[in-house]
Amino acid sequence: MITNEILYLAQEGNAVTAITDFVQDWPNMWPSLWLGTMDTVYMVWWATVFSVLFGLPLGVLLVATDKGGLIPAPTARAVLSAIVNIGRSLPFIVLMVAVLTLTRFLVGTTLGPTAAIVPLSIGAIPFFARLVETALREVDRGVVEAAHAMGTRKFTIVGKVLLPEAMPGLIAGLVMTVVTLISYSAMAGAIGGGGLGDLAIREGYQRFNDHYLWATVILLVVIVQVAQSLGDLLVRRLSRR
Amino acid sequence: MIDAVGLHKTYRLKKRRIEALKGVDLHVESGEIYGVVGQSGAGKSTLLRSVNLLERPDGGTVRVGDEELTSLRGARLRQARRHIGMVHQHFALLASRTVAGNVGFPLEVAGASRAARATRVGELLELVGLGDKARAYPSQLSGGQKQRVGIARALASDPKLLLSDEATSALDPVTTESILALLRRLRDELGLTILLITHEMDVIKRICDSAAIMEDGEFRESGRVLDLIGTPGSLLARSLFPLPEHGGPETVFITYPRSFDEPFMSELTRRFDVDVNILGGGVEQVAGQSVGRLSVDMRGSRRGEALTYLSEHGLLVEEAGK
Repeated sequence: MITNEILYLAQEGNAVTAITDFVQDWPNMWPSLWLGTMDTVYMVWWATVFSVLFGLPLGVLLVATDKGGLIPAPTARAVLSAIVNIGRSLPFIVLMVAVLTLTRFLVGTTLGPTAAIVPLSIGAIPFFARLVETALREVDRGVVEAAHAMGTRKFTIVGKVLLPEAMPGLIAGLVMTVVTLISYSAMAGAIGGGGLGDLAIREGYQRFNDHYLWATVILLVVIVQVAQSLGDLLVRRLSRR
Repeated sequence: MIDAVGLHKTYRLKKRRIEALKGVDLHVESGEIYGVVGQSGAGKSTLLRSVNLLERPDGGTVRVGDEELTSLRGARLRQARRHIGMVHQHFALLASRTVAGNVGFPLEVAGASRAARATRVGELLELVGLGDKARAYPSQLSGGQKQRVGIARALASDPKLLLSDEATSALDPVTTESILALLRRLRDELGLTILLITHEMDVIKRICDSAAIMEDGEFRESGRVLDLIGTPGSLLARSLFPLPEHGGPETVFITYPRSFDEPFMSELTRRFDVDVNILGGGVEQVAGQSVGRLSVDMRGSRRGEALTYLSEHGLLVEEAGK
């Protein structure tokens, strides 16, 4: 197939012509590409907000309820862990379809970027919770013990010891979640979620418009790069080890 | 300062039961440095953690000052802990906070104002000799400096009691020396009581007034270091001054638990007509006192009388043959 493509390009002229065509087509595509980018950013932003809002406490609870944790509760932990595992084990595309009823109940529709925020959040919350759990486990137990010895309340230990000490790991986990959400959001396009993924599938795949395909690939790569670089920068600035 | 009676603690690991404390009594006088020495697994760490109830003993009571800690829970226990400083083997500093932030942590937890914290943190850092490191992060400090920060933090809430969990075990000999000197100075200047655990006999020898040898969840021996050194058969004396290898059946080991002005050796030869030949010896500082130890060959018909004479004068006499 690639060979055919090259033959086709060779017949038409060469790769340079193909690129020139693509660049010339860019202004025509731009309005819809811009809209798609904004939709993607919108979905990923809100899904990230909800992931932190629910995933962070969930991750903290997973660590705190463990034996030797702040509030050991083996049964509660087993239940939480099982819920998280269920969320983690579903392929996102299946999860998206599975929660359609909930989406309709919460948003009123199953189409569009706002509706996509529901499955995106549900998919990312357990993902982020596990990353939070891992980051918190990295915190030196001796430091937590020292805080106990200083007469620190458990709630204060979470806020002033666990979270600040794990901050580089938490930010790294957050970046990973954002990147995963960008990829999920493109999948949401497959069932009418909007955004760049939607554009790639409708214009690029179904209408055989390669230029749209290339453009969405370029934009997605740029968005992921920007998110990752910003995150790395933040992690470096927060690391004091 | 500390009165712990009948401490018991058992851990259950799968099917094994480990008795970490088998009825330990611990009495620490106000203003003294008390060292508990033992191998790892002897239970000394559990004992130390029982004092501020990081580990709640299964049985027994712990009193610190005039408060019975074992009867406290929740907010009142946290309040009591704030008056007991603790220093940790691996420093346990918050990597995300500056030196000043670490030292100020206990004050922050206790609700002190920003201004009050800043003043106190400045004083504490001067006290431990780190006045210029307030804005550094722990990762930029050496081990000895980290432990000084740990000590400053432990002193932040002005405790009367300091617990030291192998505070020098992660440090090199020179740094260990300086940290021990600092602890001793703080005890003298602030009137602190210090309870420390260690596996290094040297720490006991250098700074402890009293000591206990712990083995398998029990105290084998405890008391004032100088008294123990003067006690025949004392494990502590043996550990502090291992008997030299050389010497025959006539060899006698003589320990001077304090300095004496009397010329014992010439007195012996005059009075009892024995021949004394010095094989080896040395003087060491123990608990701020000079403790001497000699190994000598002693021959003569009145040897027994000579040895009794030495014992009666407060010297510890051990015969190699016995």
